[in-house]
Amino acid sequence: MEVPPRILPAGDQAILIEFGVEINPAVNRLVQAFVRNAGQHRITGIGELIPSYCTLLIYYDPFLLSFSQVEHWARSLSGSDLLDTKTRPEVKEIPVVYGGLYGPDIEFVARHNQITAEEVVQLHTRETYLVYVVGFSPGFAAMGTVPSKIKTPRLQTPRTKVPAGSVGIGGIQTGIYAVESPGGWQLIGRTPLTLFHLNRNPPAYFQAGDYARFYPISQEEFGKRRRQKTEVRSQNKQGKK
Amino acid sequence: MIEVIKPGFFTTVQDNGRWGYQGYGVGVAGAMDNFALSAANLLVGNPEGTAGLEMTVLGPMLKFHTETLLAIAGADLDPYLDGKSIPNWTCHFAPTGSTLSFGGKKKGARAYLAVFGGIDVPPVMGSRSTYLLGNFGGLEGRVLKSRDHLPIPLLVGTLPNLAGRFFPEKSRPPYAKNPTLRVVPGPFADFFSEEGVKAFFSAEYTVTPQSDRMGYRLQGDPIKRKKPEELITCGLANGTVQVPPDGQPIILLADRQTIGGYPIMATLIQADMPLIAQCVPGDKLRFAAVSTDKAREAYLQLWSNLKNICH
Repeated sequence: MEVPPRILPAGDQAILIEFGVEINPAVNRLVQAFVRNAGQHRITGIGELIPSYCTLLIYYDPFLLSFSQVEHWARSLSGSDLLDTKTRPEVKEIPVVYGGLYGPDIEFVARHNQITAEEVVQLHTRETYLVYVVGFSPGFAAMGTVPSKIKTPRLQTPRTKVPAGSVGIGGIQTGIYAVESPGGWQLIGRTPLTLFHLNRNPPAYFQAGDYARFYPISQEEFGKRRRQKTEVRSQNKQGKK
Repeated sequence: MIEVIKPGFFTTVQDNGRWGYQGYGVGVAGAMDNFALSAANLLVGNPEGTAGLEMTVLGPMLKFHTETLLAIAGADLDPYLDGKSIPNWTCHFAPTGSTLSFGGKKKGARAYLAVFGGIDVPPVMGSRSTYLLGNFGGLEGRVLKSRDHLPIPLLVGTLPNLAGRFFPEKSRPPYAKNPTLRVVPGPFADFFSEEGVKAFFSAEYTVTPQSDRMGYRLQGDPIKRKKPEELITCGLANGTVQVPPDGQPIILLADRQTIGGYPIMATLIQADMPLIAQCVPGDKLRFAAVSTDKAREAYLQLWSNLKNICH
């Protein structure tokens, strides 16, 4: 039998709904379904929603709502018969140049799993991944689950600077750094896509619940795409003048 | 325009935060003591959430190239306008060419400067708050430095007699050097042993020097765990008290990450956020549990005081 979600206070301006206690797509789909449901049944005073692997944090305005009112609202929206867990958003295709300077840890991932770097690429591009959560740093998308042959623990000592666009493996997950930040995932490649932009709305390319698939590109292709972006940017600037 | 002559120890542009983007990994930032910023804004005739300066421990030296109304609230960093000591929580007129300076910390940690119309840096995602982690918002996403210029609007259409009005002491938060902070237990207090929970609610915790806008790291009786498992990363509310494996609690504040994975003992109530914002390393904290209803009552009470401006 299905266990009803736990609804817990997170102080006096937020509640936390716990749909399960494991990282798996079935539980995460409950989180995503609730987010969609809440979007359609918003009441004034409900603030922003922060979805994660198996929980959802919901801010509320204590001037307008009490904890028990928010709890009641959440309870009424979380019945499994109300949750549409079948909606599957489109799959976002992500070009990646694997290995070399762009993926300095690919050889380590290969050695750790006693396979070749080429096999790492094959396995990594084979799956369609669910984006469980966006966070840690602006736009960072954590997704899973990677084939067991490329699972690799995080670095012992995190790097102080990981370039934007880096694609990494952290345990059973894979993820993309949207902005330059410190990080401890094993870097296997890099995408030329801009995944976080201050002047876009939403600012991040990924949101929790999205699906992603990676495909390999050459270094030349990577360079070409980067140049195209720069040209578009300078054209836009000229257009403004 | 305001010219920064000296930046002070740690001065940033802040408003009441960048809400709506935590789901994309963008933190809220905003004033640590939002009540003080709001009071200062109301005194100069601004809406509560207008951008001002958050000044930490050692205030800046600022020159006003535009006449304005100003108010300072929160910590007492010993402010002077053109060499003359001025009181906090009061609206003052600053003529063109006047200089605001600070003697040094007398009480508290963070003072807020509001000027008429606010600091007019470009908003990013609807907020002018400096987000240091993302290097955006505020002035170029960073702390102020010497020779910075902060745009402010011209003082037009404002009643000149706003100067002199003040915010009475009884309506301010009950700032204290060693406060008892009220918390709502959880959401994951069940990760800790009975002994651990008892320690948290009975021991005294000292604010360590490793405390900043991201969080306050405390030192005291280590809080022991019951479950060895890690918590699965979840969203983090303002005031979250998380406990890493060493058992020393961390209170997450304005510049916190949006999500995190240490078990959460309790969450500070919003009415007491101004109190923690004014604590400095060495201050001693205690924690007391309250219900969400009591917490809400305290919050409504404090914020209803905000309109109590005296003339």
